Amino acid sequence: MEKRKERLDRGIKARTDDVFALTSWREMLYLAAPRVIPLAVFLILPLFLGAYWQKVLLSVAVFGLLAISWDIMAQTGMVSLGQALFFGMGAYCSGLMNHYFGISPFITLPVAAVFGGLISTILLLPVLRLRGVYFSMVTLILPLMLVRLIEATKIFGGTEGLSGMTPLPSVWVELYLIVGSLLAALFGFRRMMASDYGLVLKGIRENDRSVISAGINIYWYKAQALFISASIGAFAGAFMTHVYMFVGMPVFALDYSILPMAAAIVGGPGTLAGATLGACILIPLSELLRGIGGLRIVFYGIFLVLFIVALPEGIFHYIHRKYNQFERWVEVEK
Amino acid sequence: MLEGTIIYAIINSVVLALTAIGFNLTFGISGIANFGYGAFYVLAAYCTWMMTNLLKLSYPLSITISILFCTLLGALLYRLVLIRVRGQVLSEVIATFGIGLVILELFRYLGFVGFEYTLPVFIDKSFIIAGTYVDMQRILLVGTGTVLMVSLWLFTHHTSLGLAFRGIAQDERTALTFGIDADKIATLAVAFGAGLAAIAATLIIPLGSISPDEGYDVLIKALAVSIIGGLGSNGGVILASFVIGFAERFTDAYIGSHWTMIVNMASIFLVLLVKPSGLFGKQKELEERI
Amino acid sequence: MSVKPLLQVENLYKSFGGIQALTNVSTELKKGELLGVIGPNGSGKTTLVNLITRFLKPSSGKVFFKGHPIHHLSAYRIVRLGIARTFQMARPFYQMAAYKNMIVPLYSPRVKSLLGGKYGDRDAVAMDLLEEVGFERDAHTAYKNAGSLPQGYLKRLELAKAIALQPELIIFDELFSGLSLAEVASIVPIIEKLHQQGIAIMMIEHRLRELFRISDRVIVMNYGQKIADGTPEDVMKEETVKNAYLGSE
Repeated sequence: MEKRKERLDRGIKARTDDVFALTSWREMLYLAAPRVIPLAVFLILPLFLGAYWQKVLLSVAVFGLLAISWDIMAQTGMVSLGQALFFGMGAYCSGLMNHYFGISPFITLPVAAVFGGLISTILLLPVLRLRGVYFSMVTLILPLMLVRLIEATKIFGGTEGLSGMTPLPSVWVELYLIVGSLLAALFGFRRMMASDYGLVLKGIRENDRSVISAGINIYWYKAQALFISASIGAFAGAFMTHVYMFVGMPVFALDYSILPMAAAIVGGPGTLAGATLGACILIPLSELLRGIGGLRIVFYGIFLVLFIVALPEGIFHYIHRKYNQFERWVEVEK
Repeated sequence: MLEGTIIYAIINSVVLALTAIGFNLTFGISGIANFGYGAFYVLAAYCTWMMTNLLKLSYPLSITISILFCTLLGALLYRLVLIRVRGQVLSEVIATFGIGLVILELFRYLGFVGFEYTLPVFIDKSFIIAGTYVDMQRILLVGTGTVLMVSLWLFTHHTSLGLAFRGIAQDERTALTFGIDADKIATLAVAFGAGLAAIAATLIIPLGSISPDEGYDVLIKALAVSIIGGLGSNGGVILASFVIGFAERFTDAYIGSHWTMIVNMASIFLVLLVKPSGLFGKQKELEERI
Repeated sequence: MSVKPLLQVENLYKSFGGIQALTNVSTELKKGELLGVIGPNGSGKTTLVNLITRFLKPSSGKVFFKGHPIHHLSAYRIVRLGIARTFQMARPFYQMAAYKNMIVPLYSPRVKSLLGGKYGDRDAVAMDLLEEVGFERDAHTAYKNAGSLPQGYLKRLELAKAIALQPELIIFDELFSGLSLAEVASIVPIIEKLHQQGIAIMMIEHRLRELFRISDRVIVMNYGQKIADGTPEDVMKEETVKNAYLGSE
């Protein structure tokens, strides 16, 4: 008797597909839990953590934002090997505004996000028309080029960087600002990607010829997706400038490019929730592994390769599947 | 001064060409951009170092083993990893980049950084050519490099395997109908590319020292040369190498050494804006697809 | 009184490296006309379409639509002017449901400007369009993943996507290929209805019998050149055409 595995939707999933879910607490809980629990955890956690783990949470949120930024680009068909570009742009924008003009963080943050995003987009515009590989190459090269540029011309503080930025009013503001931004980005952009607009973006990735023959200017839409992602990344960078009260060449470091990508891939590319999940896993993990120093980046690399080859769906999809479906062995019908 | 700059520009160009030729070969034949290319380069150097310094093997033997090892590793890279993501360019990029990252950072972590990590030159001698000191290693480099490129040209134009390579590079579908096994060719493409990286490392590393950062630099240079010359075109690689090589040297001599990398990057941008498929780009229809 | 042709193709040449794909091809299409394009494989039919719709750049020559030159415009602009096309290999968005595939053309600026509104229930419009091309509403075929649909439905989807753009000219590239006689027979009425509505149609086909029944005019391509141009009956009588298809004695 031959058997095969069969996957079916769980009963509760089928029951909750309808407005009748409102009649049962259990079913409401089933629907609400995946959304509410992370929300609650993120919002309440800061109150219980000590100073050290608060910093870790901060990191999680920052890299979560960068991972979401990477994922949005990836869903539109652009694989970036240089999120650090956006991060660094935002960091320098806010750093410069604050250092030379004394502008308050509450203004530099949004302005740096938009402005940093804009500059990054403009830099990458020429490459948007080309095949994906070229785009990836240029994203890899750009941050490194900017580092050498700063080193050579000594502008913006050169190798020393700029320090003495205005910090944010308090640790609590820092934490809740970034966590709030992460949650807003997660839920907000998920909705965006689920809308018709997001469909067009995903279509560009899957079959851009088809999208062109619908009369849509794919480069304009790619630029939009790029701008959105770049701004998210720039916001993260601007934020960190005010947390560290410093900006310098390290903001273009490879770490800021690789970790978000690894987080998105491990967590599950194609869903912003996966990117966030990936960040939640990798950052604390890397903190725990702090003792082994440089070996961390080796692990990121290993994870990257393992997941992209063996488990391209990522962890989130696996969880999503388990939550919604169950498996059983059935006889093979003759 | 001028003659000296020219001579060193030529040397620099050959160095660049040697560095890029493996990457370009792999991409041209199989369409795989091996973002771990720099790691193979550095790996070969470290292996040779370890064999000569730790296992006390002879230099020529270590070199040979390193080159063969890298070639084999390249083949394994394809067979074990890349074959599973074949065709998904994005995954290929990430996978090769990840592996390169692992190799390079592993060396960094294990502490293989420092001035003692060097490889000796083949023959310790120097000459005076046109009023400048040129050491034997550099001369050997230019000589071997030229021989290598000529052999490569002969190989791809006059042997059946080489012609198969070119066939796949030009039109994979048609080549397949001739019974050429795409996977086998791709394995060879990646392996050859890695092997060429190893050879390049063997010749070039003695001019400096080995460090993991070198791996990233090599990747960037190979990318730069390939983009400017046109991905997949051997002739383009050589031309681009000379263009960049001369630009670098002259910038270094007359403007300042910090600016050389910037000249590199600026040229890439210029090319991408004006003629994206590169100076000799075979992929002419980069922007247009059917 | 002469009516200006809707589409004018003048002296198009296209070469790929050493291969001359099109040599001096000229033709025109009047408003509401159904033009068939036939010829052996490799004769340049798809290249012609790609040049008109600007998925390829002509080596030389001109294309005019409603009197305006379009040969230097980008592909997406040409679609917005009113030319829609299908592709020989019907490639939908595999992971999405069939009706979701329709969202992309419905998102097009052309549709937005014609319908007057930015937001509308695209899902409903999608379902209506799919029903028009033969997706039975009751069978919920439209909800299935595009990747699981058989060729017949994929071709219908292509057709629907073209219709969604409310074009003035549709170019079909081998719409009937891979379909059974019954499937072709069920799609032909849809094309005839479009024809009656006054939409100009250019059809590349190998299924000559069905094509000749509905075409007003036919052009024949061979080795990148146009070798005949006329009504279906006239064209089939020409020696050159017979030789092209059957080979000369």
